[in-house]
Amino acid sequence: MADVNIKPITRLLVANRGEIARRIFRTAHEMGIATVAIYADSDARAPFVHEADSAIALQGKTSAETYLDAEKVYAACVASGADAVHPGYGFLSENARFAEAIMKRDITWVGPPTHAIEQMGDKLSAKQAMTDAGVPTLPAHELNVGDDLAKAAEAIGFPVLVKAAAGGGGRGMRVVESGADLEAAVESARREAEASFGNDTVFLERWLTASRHVEIQILGDNHGNVVHLFERECSIQRRHQKVIEEAPSSAVTPAIREKMGSAAVNAAQKIGYTSAGTVEFLLDGEDFWFLEVNTRLQVEHPVTEAITGLDLVREQLRIAEGEELGYDQDSLTINGHAIEARLYAEDPTKNFLPSPGTIQVWKPSSQARFDSGVEAGSEVSVNFDPMIAKVIAHAPTRREAAAKLARALETTQLHGITNNRDFLVATLRTPAFIAGDTTTDFIERVNPARTREPSPTEVSDAAIAAALFAQDRRRKNAKVLRHISTGWRNSLMPPERVRYAVGDNECALEYRAQRDGTFEMNIGGENHHITLHGVNGNQIDLAIDQRRITFSVSEDDANRYVHAPTGDVVLTELDRFPKPGIAEFSGGLYAPMPGKVLATEVSAGESVSEGQLLVILEAMKMEHRITAPIDGVVQEVPVSEGDQVDNGQILVVFEENEEES
Amino acid sequence: MAVLQSQLDTRSEQFRQNKEEMTAKLEQMDELYAEAAQGGGTEALERLAKRNKMPIRERIAWALDPDSPFLEISPLAAWRSHVAIGSGFVVGVGVIEGVECVILGHDPSVRAGAFNHFNSKKLMRGLEVARENRLPYVQFVESAGADLRGGGGGGGGGGGGTPVDPLLRVEGHFAESGRLFYEITELSKMRIPTISLVFGASTAGGAYQPGMSDYNIFVKNQAMVSLGGPPLVKMATGEDAEPESLGGADMHTSTSGLGDYLAENEMDGIRLLREVVGHLNWRKLGPGPSMPADPPIHDRQELLGIVGEDLKKPFDIREVVARVVDGSRFEEFKPRYGPTLVTGWASIHGYPIGILGNNGALMSESSEKASQFIQLCNQIDVPLLFLHNITGYVVGTDFEQGGITKNGSKMINAVTNSTVPHITVIVGASYGAGNYGMSGRAFGTKFTFIWPTAKIAVMGPEQMAGVMTIIQKASAERRGAEFDEAANSLREAAVMANAEEQSKGLFATSRVSDDGMIDPRDTRDVVGFALSAVANDAVKGTKEFGTWRM
Repeated sequence: MADVNIKPITRLLVANRGEIARRIFRTAHEMGIATVAIYADSDARAPFVHEADSAIALQGKTSAETYLDAEKVYAACVASGADAVHPGYGFLSENARFAEAIMKRDITWVGPPTHAIEQMGDKLSAKQAMTDAGVPTLPAHELNVGDDLAKAAEAIGFPVLVKAAAGGGGRGMRVVESGADLEAAVESARREAEASFGNDTVFLERWLTASRHVEIQILGDNHGNVVHLFERECSIQRRHQKVIEEAPSSAVTPAIREKMGSAAVNAAQKIGYTSAGTVEFLLDGEDFWFLEVNTRLQVEHPVTEAITGLDLVREQLRIAEGEELGYDQDSLTINGHAIEARLYAEDPTKNFLPSPGTIQVWKPSSQARFDSGVEAGSEVSVNFDPMIAKVIAHAPTRREAAAKLARALETTQLHGITNNRDFLVATLRTPAFIAGDTTTDFIERVNPARTREPSPTEVSDAAIAAALFAQDRRRKNAKVLRHISTGWRNSLMPPERVRYAVGDNECALEYRAQRDGTFEMNIGGENHHITLHGVNGNQIDLAIDQRRITFSVSEDDANRYVHAPTGDVVLTELDRFPKPGIAEFSGGLYAPMPGKVLATEVSAGESVSEGQLLVILEAMKMEHRITAPIDGVVQEVPVSEGDQVDNGQILVVFEENEEES
Repeated sequence: MAVLQSQLDTRSEQFRQNKEEMTAKLEQMDELYAEAAQGGGTEALERLAKRNKMPIRERIAWALDPDSPFLEISPLAAWRSHVAIGSGFVVGVGVIEGVECVILGHDPSVRAGAFNHFNSKKLMRGLEVARENRLPYVQFVESAGADLRGGGGGGGGGGGGTPVDPLLRVEGHFAESGRLFYEITELSKMRIPTISLVFGASTAGGAYQPGMSDYNIFVKNQAMVSLGGPPLVKMATGEDAEPESLGGADMHTSTSGLGDYLAENEMDGIRLLREVVGHLNWRKLGPGPSMPADPPIHDRQELLGIVGEDLKKPFDIREVVARVVDGSRFEEFKPRYGPTLVTGWASIHGYPIGILGNNGALMSESSEKASQFIQLCNQIDVPLLFLHNITGYVVGTDFEQGGITKNGSKMINAVTNSTVPHITVIVGASYGAGNYGMSGRAFGTKFTFIWPTAKIAVMGPEQMAGVMTIIQKASAERRGAEFDEAANSLREAAVMANAEEQSKGLFATSRVSDDGMIDPRDTRDVVGFALSAVANDAVKGTKEFGTWRM
């Protein structure tokens, strides 16, 4: 122990962005450590940049041009005068060469030693190390050029998972059910792996359709001490990416915990692992298989913090400074239950496709921990991960934690961007989830509601709130006659009329202000008497007949975001007047989100059949295949390979085949 | 500023009775409004809807800024006449794109928008309101022109009955009818923009409505503008004219240039109208509100019980003031001198105002006080509000010797030559020269409104009947004839009944002799509205009056 000296950290650069940068800054500031942020162009006004004591611009747009550019980040570390670098997760966090360069410069690397990153970072070598240590692993096959794909897959047995050796976050992963799709899946996994990690090595692994994803959090110091902080279960995934995580797992018995924990600690000790790390397993009944090691802090670390009372970033920083853990395995206990949900800018109704955009309204509930990188007005850009926030609830029991988290999500005001909130709430409230029946195929199997359908009353209430809020705004901003009673008439004139689109439905309402300041309103034939008790900021306090409700209303062009105690409703006010000169375009296929055209597979004049691939688009580091919706003839392909396209931009003009003429 | 205290006993029998009578009148008004809003009736409205056309109130409602107030002028015109109530024509002051405008137009559901005596008067009043208050002028044009069944010309009287009936009802002659076009043109010269939105036929003289306007929006497949319609063209030249090429919207916006904007349909036309008003760069020349606009501390509901049908029952005009002005604040001027006229300063919806209200007949002292007060308000550019409850100037030998005619003349001189805006509300009686002295309709008043139980006449019905009896008796004596008491009683009763009916507020308002009957509780909003409208022009007092009779 005398060979390790304490080396205090005074200025910490976080080589990351968004919520994780903020989360690390928070602990650093609590520990009296100055902080440095680095940022891409589009993050110039992001909260994490403001919260750091100083910041360095990376001058670039994409991940590759900024947070993934090891040379640029290294230069920033040197220029900032930081004496330590925390990589967060993703980006360069598992890049051993980068870690090495940092350490050579005598800057403290807040993470495991490079040899551990190297050995564990590559999924194949990690598997080998575990097999050697006697931990069960799933059959796998590394794919080299010229390999007989079919044979390799047959040997493993379908379904088979194509996986990037350097992967993470579900990128470069494909489940293949049969030999027919194998080649295309491998090709596209390689492309995605190359784009995301700069390494196109992929391998095949046995795919367990309905197992649980359970992982052990480990912590090791530079004095030979390694403990595990119990398990987390992260079975609920879409697109191979976790959305709901919890600790402890309802399926892990003390015996399994002991076996998994020991396996993880032993492996870590064997390779001299330090700092925080995660050993991932698949669990099926009593059996478990090693999957991979993540040599970094995990997105879902807060659930472990909640049940152990430890601050994992603090532990990482202490360890990096050379301190001893100061506790052993026996002194650690599990306190209650914690669940985390990841709030994403994605569309659950479109296979959880990312849906970048601008957050218009953001007001987190006070009933849960929110780790987020956004605020109202933040843009979720096409260039980075579309996570809005992690929301963590901690309660004495699992059932209470689930209820608390669902309600915290439900009462959070989030508008302006398509997101998975309603899906998360629905998932947390399914009997299957509450029963702890969570497996990796949970979403397909249980099929929780992808969106919340507000009830007719909720829609009508929201429309009333939106209409009277707008009414109040107009009266307050009126250029003339501002003090005259709203909608005042001395004779009988038609009522005020407003029409909203709510999803695919239309909601029309009519109202007349009464002499006593109340309103008589008609919505879809139903009459209501409304008393407007007051408007304060974006709060509107109404009595709708006998029911007294306070709503929050935010307006953005024609959109009206109404937050009621039962949840959010979005309405779009329809124009009173016809819009001139906009003829409807039909027969076009549009980009579902902003992205880059990877390939155009057809050209003008070509006849195509339903389902035929037309264009491949890359967006949010994922490939999206645009296929023909019906049989027809391509009229025009206005984009070409390499083009950057906007959401809604026409990719292919397409004419339906005429019925027999 | 002092806050007015109320002495009103809301539990008194008098209050209860007044409120009952007033409420009955308001219910009657509501029924009449509902009738007016029906336009030409259900069938006519259905016919209109089938042609994708809207009745006038719909058109206006869509043109207005949502939730903004709209003040309709003379909505009860033509009550108890051969014409539908409201006269098939709507005129009002409303807000388009934040600009107060005069908006008017025929209702196509009522006799295809034909002219009659009442709606001609309303149209001319609309032009006057635009001119006097410098308000942009918006006309929704769709008219069959003069109702030929009614005699023709601006003063036609409507149709029905035998062929000679219309002639009996002719109240004017064609030769007087061009004033409309003169005034539209005059507005333009005064730099008051005029906008025509043509929804339908506008032929013959009617073609000059858009012809003389600054901006013309023509609705496709509906607008039809030509000096002569196809029948007249046929009669005049023998040409078989095709309507669209003769005067259609498409032709006028592409070929003749009479139309400036082509609207796809009615709603598109209203959208274009809002765009045009939006670009007018309109700036009001008068001051905006400058005082706190807090509501009165006394309940405006109580305005229903202050005055009833029996105008002989006196009430304190301050009780009205206390329920109309901002915070019930009122700085009374000369309270101890000439107490039959209450004068003082207050504000309504933030606009400073000088108020003159009657608390009895006008005496020499109160007349002098009025003259001084009007001069003071002119000195400081403050508009005047006249609250009428006036039986007239006091009469009698002592008063004449005391100079009542002379002092009354001073007051009329002051009222006549005052140049600050005057707004008049007739809350009770308004008889004889009292009406003139209190800035009646004929005295250049910007807006005149009337409460439902009010009465207006040259004198009270009983006075009128009594005066006639005295004159008849004197005449009989001169002739040496015997005075027939029985016949006289009958005649007296008939005169009284007729005078009573004709003096009623509803009759006055139906003859477009004011700008409309209002719910007493709306007085504050109506006057506030009027004060804002008049401030489109400069609010400027004068020191120049006629010779003061001393």
